[in-house]
Amino acid sequence: MGDNFDALIGALPMVGEGVWITVQLTIGGALLALVIAVALGLLARFKNVVLRGIARVIIEFFRGTSLVVQLFWFFFVMPQLGIELPAMFVGILALGLNYGAYGAEVVRGSINNVPSGQWEATTALSMSSTQRMWRIIFPQAWALMIPSLTNLLIQLLKGTAIVSFITLTDLTYATDKLRNSTDTFFAYGVSLLIYFLIAYVLTLIMNALEVQAKHKLGRGESLREALSFRTPRSADGKAGIS
Amino acid sequence: MTGLQWDWTMVWESLPDLLLKFVEVTLLVTILGSIIAAVLGLIIAIARRSAPKPIAAVLTFIVNFIRMTPIVVQLLFAYYLFLELDPVTIGVIIFGIHYSTYMAEVYRAGIEAVPDGQWEATTALSMSRSRTWVAVVIPQALRSTIPALGNYVISMFKDTPFLIAITVTEMVRAALVFGGNHFTYIEAITTAGIIFLIASYPTSLLIGRLEKRLAFSN
Repeated sequence: MGDNFDALIGALPMVGEGVWITVQLTIGGALLALVIAVALGLLARFKNVVLRGIARVIIEFFRGTSLVVQLFWFFFVMPQLGIELPAMFVGILALGLNYGAYGAEVVRGSINNVPSGQWEATTALSMSSTQRMWRIIFPQAWALMIPSLTNLLIQLLKGTAIVSFITLTDLTYATDKLRNSTDTFFAYGVSLLIYFLIAYVLTLIMNALEVQAKHKLGRGESLREALSFRTPRSADGKAGIS
Repeated sequence: MTGLQWDWTMVWESLPDLLLKFVEVTLLVTILGSIIAAVLGLIIAIARRSAPKPIAAVLTFIVNFIRMTPIVVQLLFAYYLFLELDPVTIGVIIFGIHYSTYMAEVYRAGIEAVPDGQWEATTALSMSRSRTWVAVVIPQALRSTIPALGNYVISMFKDTPFLIAITVTEMVRAALVFGGNHFTYIEAITTAGIIFLIASYPTSLLIGRLEKRLAFSN
């Protein structure tokens, strides 16, 4: 066991670099996925059949063809069409498009789940449709969609483990190298633990975002209150157990 | 070299190979993996409900750990630990275990949706614990879980190319090999993607309809 730890310390720079690539792919992919999810999710709600149709085709296409197929398509087929893309870019693009398509359904569903009274109120106040979406509907939908987006984010993190197929030296790749100097159980145990920790941190961040989103809507305490050690406040604002 | 150079003969030439691997590996792993996941998931869901608290807590941690770590890494882990096993077998087992952690959550929700009165009635009839589960709770819990389980089967189906990591030649790898041999990737990889789409899209539509019908009849 001591040998294993010595080997791990020796391999730390390599493992660290792998973790960094995994984190970059996760964050880059997640940001791209979020943009795509909101854009397609909004587009899929349009009354115009053509616009809605375009959104549906893109969503179903990227959901229906496997992530690995998309990754290989951008990596092997694009150069054939004369477009050479860096592997990192291909990884982020494939992850963003695939999980963005899944996210679009979450965005669309959450917007539809905002209570109809809210929609009617915006009409009564004669708000424009842009005002209605960004000031009233979307902030409420955002609070609704965060739990599902958290699941997708963890899926995306797990999805990054395939990028060594396209020459990227991520954590999974580093694990394979680490295995040369330690036993299999140790190398993969460490690797799974690191992935788990990243997933855990991401979940905590998303939970914090949810608390903040709900607080902005006047529901629940603010993030600072939630993180403090003071007695939690109950729903009616009095100190005590809620 | 620029511009789209699509050659239909390459599509027809690659198709038999791709379809063969699709049936031999992709479908086989999906079906066997789903059976393991469905059975193991139910066992986990029941165990988490009936086991003593500390054991249930440990089980919950293990389930979360498996669910929050990549299948690819789990596949490689098992592959190197059991080098004497056939990689396809490892694929079936790991896909089964990984997805059982998702399906256990689906069952848990299904079991929780069974009204308390049903449990109380079995007590009133002094049914045994096992008979309560088999004859009363599980049949009612299963009904509402079918669409969600089906969605995870489709997810597993689309995850099967992860098997490339442990040297299995499934459909997508067959497409890559074909592309390498014929100096053109576009036709074979696109065809593989279209096969995935043709297989998964109607299935997900069907599941969506089933979901609506079950929701309506409840």
